[in-house]
Amino acid sequence: MTNVSMTVNGKAVSRDIPDTTLLSDFLREELRLTGTHVGCDTSQCGACVVHVDGKAVKACTALAVSLEGAAVTTIEGIANGGLHPMQTAFNDHHGLQCGFCTPGMIMAGIDIVNRYKAQGRSLSEEAIRDELEGNICRCTGYHNIVKAIEDAAAKM
Amino acid sequence: MSDGIGARVKRKEDKRFITGKGKYTDDIRMENQAYAAFVRSPHAHAKVTGIDASAAEAMDGVIAVLNGAQLTGDGIGNIITGWAITSKDGSPMNIGAWSALATEKVRYVGDAVAVVIAETQAQARLAAEAVDVDYEELAPSVSTAKTLQDNQPLVHDEIANNLCFDWEIGDEAKTDAALSGAAHITEIELTNNRLSPNAMEPRAAIAVFDSAEDHYTLYTTSQNPHVARLVLSAFYNVAPEHKLRVIAPDVGGGFGSKIYIYPEEITCLWASMKTGRSVKWTADRSEAFMTDAHGRDHVTKARMGFDDTGKIVGFKVDTIANIGAYASLFATATPTYLYGTLLSGQYDIPAIYGNVKAVYTNTVPVDAYRGAGRPEATYLIERIVEKAAREMGRDVADLRRTNFIRAFPYQTQVLLAYDSGDFDTVLDMAQKAADVAGFPARKAEAASRGKLRGLGYSCFIEACGLAPSAAAGSLGAGVGLWESAEVRVNPVGTIEILTGTHSHGQGHETTFCQLASDRFGIPVENVSIVHGDTDKVQFGMGTYGSRSGPVGMSAVMKALDKVEAKVKKIVAHSLEASEDDIVIEGGEAKVAGTDKKMAWHEIGLAAYMAHNLPEGMEPGLKETSFFDPVNFSFPSGTFICEVEVDPETGVTQIVQFVAADDFGTIINPMIVEGQVHGGVTQGIGQALLEGVVYDDEGQLLTGSYMDYTMPRADDVPSYVIGHGCTPSPNNPLGLKGCGEAGAIGAPPAVINAIVDAIGTENIEMPATPQRVWAAIQATQMPVAAE
Repeated sequence: MTNVSMTVNGKAVSRDIPDTTLLSDFLREELRLTGTHVGCDTSQCGACVVHVDGKAVKACTALAVSLEGAAVTTIEGIANGGLHPMQTAFNDHHGLQCGFCTPGMIMAGIDIVNRYKAQGRSLSEEAIRDELEGNICRCTGYHNIVKAIEDAAAKM
Repeated sequence: MSDGIGARVKRKEDKRFITGKGKYTDDIRMENQAYAAFVRSPHAHAKVTGIDASAAEAMDGVIAVLNGAQLTGDGIGNIITGWAITSKDGSPMNIGAWSALATEKVRYVGDAVAVVIAETQAQARLAAEAVDVDYEELAPSVSTAKTLQDNQPLVHDEIANNLCFDWEIGDEAKTDAALSGAAHITEIELTNNRLSPNAMEPRAAIAVFDSAEDHYTLYTTSQNPHVARLVLSAFYNVAPEHKLRVIAPDVGGGFGSKIYIYPEEITCLWASMKTGRSVKWTADRSEAFMTDAHGRDHVTKARMGFDDTGKIVGFKVDTIANIGAYASLFATATPTYLYGTLLSGQYDIPAIYGNVKAVYTNTVPVDAYRGAGRPEATYLIERIVEKAAREMGRDVADLRRTNFIRAFPYQTQVLLAYDSGDFDTVLDMAQKAADVAGFPARKAEAASRGKLRGLGYSCFIEACGLAPSAAAGSLGAGVGLWESAEVRVNPVGTIEILTGTHSHGQGHETTFCQLASDRFGIPVENVSIVHGDTDKVQFGMGTYGSRSGPVGMSAVMKALDKVEAKVKKIVAHSLEASEDDIVIEGGEAKVAGTDKKMAWHEIGLAAYMAHNLPEGMEPGLKETSFFDPVNFSFPSGTFICEVEVDPETGVTQIVQFVAADDFGTIINPMIVEGQVHGGVTQGIGQALLEGVVYDDEGQLLTGSYMDYTMPRADDVPSYVIGHGCTPSPNNPLGLKGCGEAGAIGAPPAVINAIVDAIGTENIEMPATPQRVWAAIQATQMPVAAE
């Protein structure tokens, strides 16, 4: 067991956990933040994407004890009470069906838009599709997810 | 009314999903919860000669290790298949026994032999590794094409030649005669590749046994919780129905794979009783690949005959359908009544004969996956028709038009009677949207860049809205396939609609509410849906076969009729008017031609206050209905796919995909289009990317997303969607169903486009770059770039 302290969605948390605890398990089982989903065991599907110090990370790939002092943001923490423009855009454009991949898609989408804006690059449909390579959706065929991210990019 | 039928109402259920507040089975934690991990066979075929659990039992946190002998000893019944199929010689199908935990023999890699219950998931999984199972390995039978051969190992010792059934449909003599007189015969041999459904939420279950009440609760990832309760109670002897509650909370996709009641749910329920603990199991993706029912897996030879005008005179089909190691719930219906009955496609074919041999192999069970049988039929018909057109020098669309059915109802030679359709109009719509006229110029432009362009069609029809109960019964179904609904108008006028269908992504919480909104003119916010809980909803058959609209919504409409009739009586009585003069719109009931009216909430209140109801009327405002359709519904459509193939690498890019459908009436176009996007993407996945592979020893080679290629955002284009509309005459809304069309129609459109591009028919799904490149090399066709 190792003690780890980090900030999750703006709140300081500290827990004694086994060294083998993945960030995804830490969030879901220790903190009961079940919006971060686990859809595979090979870091391929992206349902577990969260932000660590402002960058998209697959929570199933990170050991929680390695994140001492980190600032983690999950789907539950991206908006204060209201909705983030990316969340609104997913609703507006029917960018989700079963909803299971959605938290990871939204977290990845925010990261994509933030990176492109920081680099001063424009975000085309082709770029969004390319950037979503690490996120699998089985329901939507991506059509409306791409539209949602395009729309949110204009509003973020 | 902006929230009514036909409106693009945004989804009510989205808020919880986009904020991370959805509640899926794995998100639930019970008091006193323990975890299950299964001990699974590493062999495709072996005798189990001993299980030594002593080391595992001594490990930290282990509560119990339970095996198949204990399970069957406690009277837990074998897993059933739902449809009895009769072979052409009149004999019943051959069913091999399937215990939730294998006892004497394991029959596929992943077959469970024991379960460990422990305090944590990690402890359970570690201990499962420590259970020492003695196996006596047996040679497996893995190949769909070869498993019937005399020298093959037997999956079930008592079933000769691994044959489940040898079924036929249509008229063989008539078809042979027609083919012998044909001016042209086109032959094809093809494989419909084996797929893993891959709902993004892995299967999960939490079983809660209450010893004080002898009562069980099962939370599970199910498309049909009511059927789960029925089967768990009636066949698996877990508990009588009134002592068993099944809850399917938010379900993260299904595509068929969550219809079935699997060994894990049964075992968790039983283990909960054995240990006195709540027992939770959540599959990881590796387990999902190994144990979720797969889809498709056909090997087919077919011949289609034409007269000298291009009219089809006969169609003869010979299919081997792999059902895996055990016959799963819909496994016997899928390659028969959902496949053989669709062999007429959109065409007027006077003679058809289909023979299907369903076979066992040492692989995970194969069952219904999005489309179920109909994609297999569509792929076969649409490949052979385009091949025939090329052989006869006919335009591929023109040959189809030569054979289109144009008068409805149309009785096919394979049982079904199509109720409606307008195939010419939908084909016209698709051709216009795809700018078929401009294709030669685009092809020439691509050639100038060294690329090969191709255009492929798929004109499909499917039987949906499963199903008329009497028809299903006559075809061997173990259940009726009606649907139930209850509409509860509360005293304050808000409405709850209870349905036996269950959404796993289809947006029922929005579209079902639109029905009440449309009927009474109240906003969708004032209507909610109750589903997915056997304690709340009386009964229902669940969501699959594109049935929630045509069957489920029809039941809602019938219940709304009853509510409306009672409302009119109450209002007429209160306002001293004639029932016939009452008009309900805009959230109020008015007396026509007067200014007398009652607001919707006043009507609800009047019904429950019951101070002034018509004489003899019962208080309250709640109505129930069961709807049993008289026929299937028949969605149809034309898909046109345009591809660009790089002859240097074999990479296929889909440059345009047009999907023109006829789903009859559409409740919410936004949601229907979403279904098409997703279905087409799965179809493209089948055509280009996906394929389950077992090696000769029965080892699963495609056991993760590193090995099994899921369609990703950059594999598919944005889609062009069109809707034709011939309403179904067989349900009150004219609905046909839209959930499966994309997956049914897309694969042949993609493959036909590749064939058109590279100039050879010798291409199998998935058409990977390697296969496409090899096919091009085999033709030795000059590369356009040079």
